[in-house]
Amino acid sequence: MAKVKIYSLPTCPYCHKAKAFLDAYNIGYEEVNVATDKEGMEEMMSKTGQMSVPVIEIDDQVIVGFDRKKISELLGLAE
Amino acid sequence: MNQEKIYDLIIAGAGPAGISAAIYAARKGLDLLVVTGDIGGQTNWTGDVENYMGFQMISGAELADKLEEHVKKYNIPIKEQEPLVELKSEGRLLTVKTTGGVYTARSVIIATGKTYTKLGVPGEEEFQRRGVAYCATCDAPFYAGKIVAVAGGGNSAFEYAQQLMKITRKTYIINLAEEPTADQILQDRVLGAENVELMNSSMITEIIGDRFVRGIKVRSASGDPASERYLEVDGVFVAIGLTPNTSFTNGLEKNENGEIIVDNCNRTNIPGVFAAGDVTDIPHKQIVVAAGEGAKAALSAYLYLSRN
Repeated sequence: MAKVKIYSLPTCPYCHKAKAFLDAYNIGYEEVNVATDKEGMEEMMSKTGQMSVPVIEIDDQVIVGFDRKKISELLGLAE
Repeated sequence: MNQEKIYDLIIAGAGPAGISAAIYAARKGLDLLVVTGDIGGQTNWTGDVENYMGFQMISGAELADKLEEHVKKYNIPIKEQEPLVELKSEGRLLTVKTTGGVYTARSVIIATGKTYTKLGVPGEEEFQRRGVAYCATCDAPFYAGKIVAVAGGGNSAFEYAQQLMKITRKTYIINLAEEPTADQILQDRVLGAENVELMNSSMITEIIGDRFVRGIKVRSASGDPASERYLEVDGVFVAIGLTPNTSFTNGLEKNENGEIIVDNCNRTNIPGVFAAGDVTDIPHKQIVVAAGEGAKAALSAYLYLSRN
């Protein structure tokens, strides 16, 4: 099983979509709410060099934005 | 890639107009394809919606989900992350090129909507998602305790400022006009805050930074170099309006705002090509209007197909 982590903001519609997408495939993930978790925010910014969510980490691969195709590819999902 | 198949209808865009068109077309039994960047369009980043029938109050994101759920009830192929690149008319057939393929159809509905207008200054592209933002609802929390500038003077700009002033150390509003055009009640609320500074008749001429934005150059609206000031900011929120998404190659007639000109049956100047929603020159850009226009465009396309 791939280790999945999602950096998100409660106000971000694409974070919501990304989580709903993972839920639909029963993929478990760790969620970091960067609005309340300052360390999480720093960690995310150093990994991506960007201030933009969602960031989805699948094992050691980092995806910025809800890139459904990339996520499916890395998780081996047939859409 | 599918060079062989000829669709009855291709719909470009899946905001309220495109989705409504898709549902109407599917119910008419048309063989259709939807190509789009995302599903929901501008609805995704709209705050609360209180004027869409059937919902007394619903967030834009939730409404976008409901639209997606609804359209996916029908067995319509939807190519997401495939925005339109080129539309070509060849005889009676229309060729639609996206970032992912080339498709052919007998009719097309353009419902590509609008996106945020850019400032068009040096540094804006370079620092996107690294300090330059277009959606306060989405990105404001990154700027807690920081200094930001909002470009604009209308309701959107003041709504952005209202969200930002609650969490930032300082919020500048850089307004090109002599006076803001935002509703008075909103202006009073924002300009009453101690950490907000309004700069009228001013414009951002450059965004500067290293890994992230560090500051902006601001000049008077005349552009006079002698008026240039440097302001230290960590973020720039751009709220200067919306631009129709018509950058794909096409031969469509547009008005002075770049909106596609349609008649009351959503026909454009190209036979078989219809357009609907915010990308067109219809007045009143509303979700309910876009949905209605999408339905009209689909029914007009259906009639066109049955006669041609």
